[in-house]
Formats: sequence, structure tokens, C-alpha cells
Amino acid sequence: MSVESTQQTAADEPISRAELTRSGQFYRPNVDIAEGADELVVFADMPGVRSEDIDIDFKEGLLTIHGKVQLRQPEGTNYLFNEYGLGDFHRTFQVSEQIDAGRINASYKDGVLTLRLPKLERVKPRKIAVQVG
Amino acid sequence: MNGRRVLSQPLGQLRDEVDRLFSDFMGGLSQFPAPAFVGRRGFPALNVWETSDTVHVEAELPGLRAEDLDINVVGRDLTLKGARQSAAGEGMTYHRRERAVGDFTRHLKLPAEVNADAVEASLREGVLLINLPKAEAARPRKISVATN
Repeated sequence: MSVESTQQTAADEPISRAELTRSGQFYRPNVDIAEGADELVVFADMPGVRSEDIDIDFKEGLLTIHGKVQLRQPEGTNYLFNEYGLGDFHRTFQVSEQIDAGRINASYKDGVLTLRLPKLERVKPRKIAVQVG
Repeated sequence: MNGRRVLSQPLGQLRDEVDRLFSDFMGGLSQFPAPAFVGRRGFPALNVWETSDTVHVEAELPGLRAEDLDINVVGRDLTLKGARQSAAGEGMTYHRRERAVGDFTRHLKLPAEVNADAVEASLREGVLLINLPKAEAARPRKISVATN
């Protein structure tokens, strides 16, 4: 469950985020994407983020999640083991037109962001009854 | 620096993965297993630091609740055991699984003797913090030099 960088080609190597205000590194959260009959659900591991520090932006078919991480130890802490780095979480998804973007819903619990993306009515699977006679 | 250029390439790659996700969706997808913790070297990753009187151990464990964790201290050995379940409910099909599930165990040799009865652990927003007060004998002592 190690954090990865936004560039898929260079996993494990965080890239600097020149376009964002705070200097530092950011990490691509691990996600599960699951689909039910009515919705797609994205689960993103974003530990150590406060819910008010999560930004979810949907624009032109792109869904971007960003979680700001507060430093938990003072800078210059002398670690005996330092196996993971701290930085903001950031990831972007292209959302299909089959999603009802106006009804995307987000919740955050135990360090996991859950995004629910309802399908448009017209793409939901339908059971067709066979007429008898 | 042009930040937009930094982002443009990753977005191009992500487009593939999400597009495929939806073109598949009427076709019936096979279930595929989540990555497992088993066999991973050193999960969870740990950050460990110390002050003069306490050893601090921190781990990122998103999706775990306190009851999913078992923390033991024997002498200078810290053992961290836990398990994580799949997040999605029944009847859902996964398109992508990056979040590991299953059991994990991690052992750590502490840098000092600790007072096992006074160890405290908290789990907030998926971040586990264990504070292990050092045993009296392991704390630094200021020795005053007697005059005369």
C-alpha cells in the first residue's frame, strides 16, 4: 500500500507539483473502482487528511481529487525508520458520459474517500420481460 | 514552470484506463482478486522516531478500525497485526483494485526498553500512532557533578 506518484510510468517517485501553491511532493492514492447496477464507486486511500481538506473538482469530464495532508511531525524530525513520505494526495479520472455528474457524492471515513458516481438512467441495465402468448 | 505540462501526460494515461472501464461495462467482467498483503515485504510501512522519553511509531492504515488491529509489546519487540476487508459491497464488480486486503503482520525491534503498561495507541483518519514511553532505565539522565 505504498504511495505512488501521479505519473504511472514512474511509480514510487513523487513528482514536484509546480502548479500548486505549497511546495513539496504529492502522491497518487491507491484506488479501487467498483461497479454496481446503478453506480460506479471509487475508494481512495487518503490517510491523514481531514475531510475539510479534501477538494473534489469536476470539470469537462475530468474528476480530480486532492487531499491536503498536514505535517504530523515537525520538520527536521530525525527518523530511526522513515519508510514513507508525507505529501498531498492527488489523482484525476476521466469520467464517462454515462455518469450523472450532477449527482456525484463523496464521503470520507477512516482515511478512505468514497466517491459514488450514479449512472444515467438510460445506461442502467434493464430487465426485459418476455411477453407470453 | 508550466504546471499544466506536468499534468498533461498522466491525464493522457488515465484516460485509457477509465475509458476502458466503461466500454467493458455491458460485456460482463470477470472478478479479479485484490492485491494481498501476504508476501509484501514490510507492510505497513513505518515511520519511527524518538524523543528523550518516548519512542513513536506511525503507520498509514486507511480503512482499518481499532478493532481490526492487534498491537503487542514484549520486551523490545513490537508486533503489529491487522486485517483489511474489501470495501465494495456484494454484487459489485471491480474494474480496478490497487488497495490491498487481507492479513498482515509487522515486527519491529524497538530502539529502547519501554514501559509496556504505559503504551498508548490511537487510530485517526487511517493513521496509527503508537507512543511507547521508555523504561526508566532507558531514559537519558542528567548527572550533576558534585562540588567539594
